[in-house]
Amino acid sequence: MAVTVFKKPEALSSAITHYCPGCTHGIIHRLVAESLDELGLRERTVGVAPVGCAVLAYNYFNVDFQEAAHGRAPAMATGLKRTRPNLIVFTYQGDGDLASIGTGEILHAANRGEKITVVFVNNAIYGMTGGQLAPTTMPKQVTTTTPAGRDVSEVGMPMRVSELLATLRTPSYIARVAVHRPRHVVEAKRCLKKAFAYQAAGRCFTLVEFLSTCPTNWGLTPTDSLHWLERNMLDYYPLGEFKSPEEA
Amino acid sequence: MGKKVLMKGNEAIGEAAILAGCRAYFCYPITPQTEVAEYLAKRMPEVGGVFLQGESEVAVGYMLFGAAAGGSKVFSTSSSPGISLMSEALSYIACAELPVVLVNVMRNGPGLGGILPAQADYHQATRGGGHGDYKVIVLAPATVQEAVDHMLLGFELAEKHRNPVMLVADGMIGQMMEPVELPEADTPRSPLTPGHEDWATVGARGRGQHLVKTLFLNPDAAFAHNQKLRAKYDRIEAEEVRYEEVGTDRDLDVLIVSFGTMARICKTSMATLEERGVRTGMMRPISLYPFPYARLRELAARARLVVSVELSMGQLVDDVRMGVEGKAPVRWYGKAGGLVPTPQEVVDAVTAMRRE
Repeated sequence: MAVTVFKKPEALSSAITHYCPGCTHGIIHRLVAESLDELGLRERTVGVAPVGCAVLAYNYFNVDFQEAAHGRAPAMATGLKRTRPNLIVFTYQGDGDLASIGTGEILHAANRGEKITVVFVNNAIYGMTGGQLAPTTMPKQVTTTTPAGRDVSEVGMPMRVSELLATLRTPSYIARVAVHRPRHVVEAKRCLKKAFAYQAAGRCFTLVEFLSTCPTNWGLTPTDSLHWLERNMLDYYPLGEFKSPEEA
Repeated sequence: MGKKVLMKGNEAIGEAAILAGCRAYFCYPITPQTEVAEYLAKRMPEVGGVFLQGESEVAVGYMLFGAAAGGSKVFSTSSSPGISLMSEALSYIACAELPVVLVNVMRNGPGLGGILPAQADYHQATRGGGHGDYKVIVLAPATVQEAVDHMLLGFELAEKHRNPVMLVADGMIGQMMEPVELPEADTPRSPLTPGHEDWATVGARGRGQHLVKTLFLNPDAAFAHNQKLRAKYDRIEAEEVRYEEVGTDRDLDVLIVSFGTMARICKTSMATLEERGVRTGMMRPISLYPFPYARLRELAARARLVVSVELSMGQLVDDVRMGVEGKAPVRWYGKAGGLVPTPQEVVDAVTAMRRE
């Protein structure tokens, strides 16, 4: 008798994604869906989509969704969760969305301790608009708006969002993970599931930052992108849990 | 009959929202409307509602979106510069067809301007303020009582048309105390939007996904959505025109068009003009969008002069001209910067125009 050992999570739809080959949004989507399934949260979850590559995320999740303006997802999630406290609410945001135009919204949602989970995908570049400088772009990294590489004397050093938010007293859980190797994927899943479980238990603001790749706009093959991430991003963006409720 | 109480306009606006069933209010402090926030900071917890002071008007705009898309009645109040910031979200709210009520207790501008009463956000309110083809139903109360009534009406219209509604109350109405009768409902109104079960994002339990979005990458789909909105605006223009007329059942020497506090002042001016033998009538638009163009055209055909009197430098007069369609000469009189014309100043201005 055939036994199912691997299947599409119920919280994922059957749509084929528009993401580029080698992009890790697909892995992160799956981890979100698996976490919701395993915690039994799918039917009371609402996602908030960003502007950026994941603007169409609502097509790929089998949960209710709202779509925000650029950077405003945490404010939208705030309005929803405050009026519907029994829902599980998550935002799914990239680094241009969250760390540039949406810094006000993310900082204050975190500081108020909104009972939401933020899935933050940091690939060090603007993806959808075609590869421009992000606050998270690495020093000397070439983008279409930094053709000679990021000059930190002009635009500063990359912003470390998890460390920044971890200075706040209120948030429950902040972690940075990566998905460029299977063992990191396993760890990422553990952290993300924790974040959703904390929210389900009524704890306040949780955020998991995913280091991600952008082969198209980095100008690398999918495999080389994984190596580039490992060589260039891991030292500056160390993985780990920056804040957890047990410490508080 | 409800009870009659003496209330400041801003507080009456807050209480009226509660009477309308609204249990969610998001805000950011700005003069001259901060009393609404202060009132509701105490009042919302008493009725089990949500009160939250956001980090900016930009964020508050999306808190309204998030709450409304979750099926809750929701509203906010602000004043001119704050409405500019909320206008980003207003475009998204209108596109997503969410019932949201917003109050603009107008101060003078442009820029920071000042904190005194004005009507200089007429174009912003009636023409958009945000990007794209959208319309907001705009109601202009002239008394504190009418502000209360318009709050109740505003929630009804927002739900009926699934469209944002904006009350534009000049700073005078927000700050003034007047006796108001608060209507008593036989049964408390629901804090949820009627019919929200069909579209609100409350978790896909036993059904397919509900999605509240504003992205339409396919031009045919985008055009179809624009056509759907246009058809709704046509319905609104057919069904929701509201205005008051005074002394218009005759041929007129002067027809004054004015709204809000300015219209109240003009009523005093009209008595003086009548004493001088000038047959003076008034049309007071109550819905600034949809504007009472058709009725204004009928009245203008029987008037020798039409004067738009405003607390702005000539905004309402644009709609007056469009309504009159050349059937009578149209003139503008107004003051800005927070200065409010006296009845005598209006009389003098109208008298001078008649001599031209």
